[in-house]
Amino acid sequence: MSLIKMTGIHFAYPGRPPVFAGLDFSLEDGQRVGILGPNGAGKSTLFLLAMGLLQADAGAVELFGQTMRRESDFAPLRTRLGYCFQDPDDQLFCPTVLEDVAFGPLNQGLERSQALERAHAALEALGMAGFAQRVTYQLSGGEKRLATLATVLALRPQALLLDEPTTGLDPQTQERLEAVLRESELPWAVISHDHAFLRRNCDLVLELNQGRLIPRDNR
Amino acid sequence: MHLETLAHGHSLFHRLDPRGKLAVALAFSLVVATGHSPWAAGVGLGLCLVGCLAGRLPLREVAKRLVAVNAFTALLWLVLPWQLGLGGGWLGLSLKHHPQGLMLAGMITLKANAIVLGLMVLLATSSVNQIFHALAHWRVSPRLLQVFFFFYRYLHVLHREWHRMHLAARARGFQPRTSLHTYRTYAYLTGGLLVRSYDRAQRVYQAMLCRGFRGTYWLLDHFHWQRRDGFFLIWGGLMVALLLILELAA
Repeated sequence: MSLIKMTGIHFAYPGRPPVFAGLDFSLEDGQRVGILGPNGAGKSTLFLLAMGLLQADAGAVELFGQTMRRESDFAPLRTRLGYCFQDPDDQLFCPTVLEDVAFGPLNQGLERSQALERAHAALEALGMAGFAQRVTYQLSGGEKRLATLATVLALRPQALLLDEPTTGLDPQTQERLEAVLRESELPWAVISHDHAFLRRNCDLVLELNQGRLIPRDNR
Repeated sequence: MHLETLAHGHSLFHRLDPRGKLAVALAFSLVVATGHSPWAAGVGLGLCLVGCLAGRLPLREVAKRLVAVNAFTALLWLVLPWQLGLGGGWLGLSLKHHPQGLMLAGMITLKANAIVLGLMVLLATSSVNQIFHALAHWRVSPRLLQVFFFFYRYLHVLHREWHRMHLAARARGFQPRTSLHTYRTYAYLTGGLLVRSYDRAQRVYQAMLCRGFRGTYWLLDHFHWQRRDGFFLIWGGLMVALLLILELAA
């Protein structure tokens, strides 16, 4: 089964030339896809469309085999995909790290104690157990990045959508992040400009250019 | 940008439960602000000074904030004791000394200092997040609290963005002067900030939707009411009652 299946997607931002005119993209279970492409090619837009945060002008989006038409179709399925935004400051909006990580599980309807348990487990997995009570806006760039990953992992998603997860990380933090990702055994689609990172962590690398996704030699 | 310089410390006031401090601060401010007795305001100011010393607040920082407040009250001292009259004198206007205005300026200064000092002792000794949580525990409207919290959370981000844009302008030789170019540049920077914050608001909302947000902003408990908080609440209540008695006696 495809986790994400997008066919014949047309999309343009108001008053701008079209970003996509007939784009196809899919993420299969167990697959790890890397997406490269120049700035402004529409990489983040692709993810926003897949999550239903932008509406395609034409074309079909399927999540977990179900056709998505409107917001009410997307809303219950969104937390099954863990979407990590490009800028951690967009994603960390709760007072403390713990509250931010527990936010998703609480929305999923978990009991407070279960949500906390999950939040603590997610922080622990990222080596951030000591950060639970820290204030989100006082974290360093690397810590923020790891915290956003924790907020997403705490959802126990079935796949990850990662938008430039390694930008601005020092080598040690990047290594930690990669190790956690690999250990998660989740399928993912990841946007990055870092070819080496994509080669290490993906079994398929696509290049998005002029509205088309073209497979790249993954060596 | 660091706005919580007084929140670090280990004094009694730093350790008290912010819920109790919030209640006492509210009652104290109400009584002082609405009172007419200079005695009550004076005793209130005295209590806060004692609190300030007991809480071992950094006096330099406290003084800095009081100077800012008294820059405003100084204006009142300049303006209030004088009454402008028509007829006679220079340009047909006369200035008359008005002793009641002096009393009024004194009263406002006393009250303003008492309240600001009280809030520094009681509220600034907690972090903004703790105050936020305490307000939530007092069942303040969740929507209001979210606005308050988002304001504070993104103030830092916007401040950083402003700083970055400003640096970028300076790196290209921008120097603020009294000129149209300067005004235009500041207009661009401000406009840029508005647009960026609008975009950011949209992205934050999207990020919330991605984690299943449906209107509930969850808060987790992490306050533990202790015996000392009970004592403090009673003591604070007694002090406010004292001020009330002074007020009624006047």
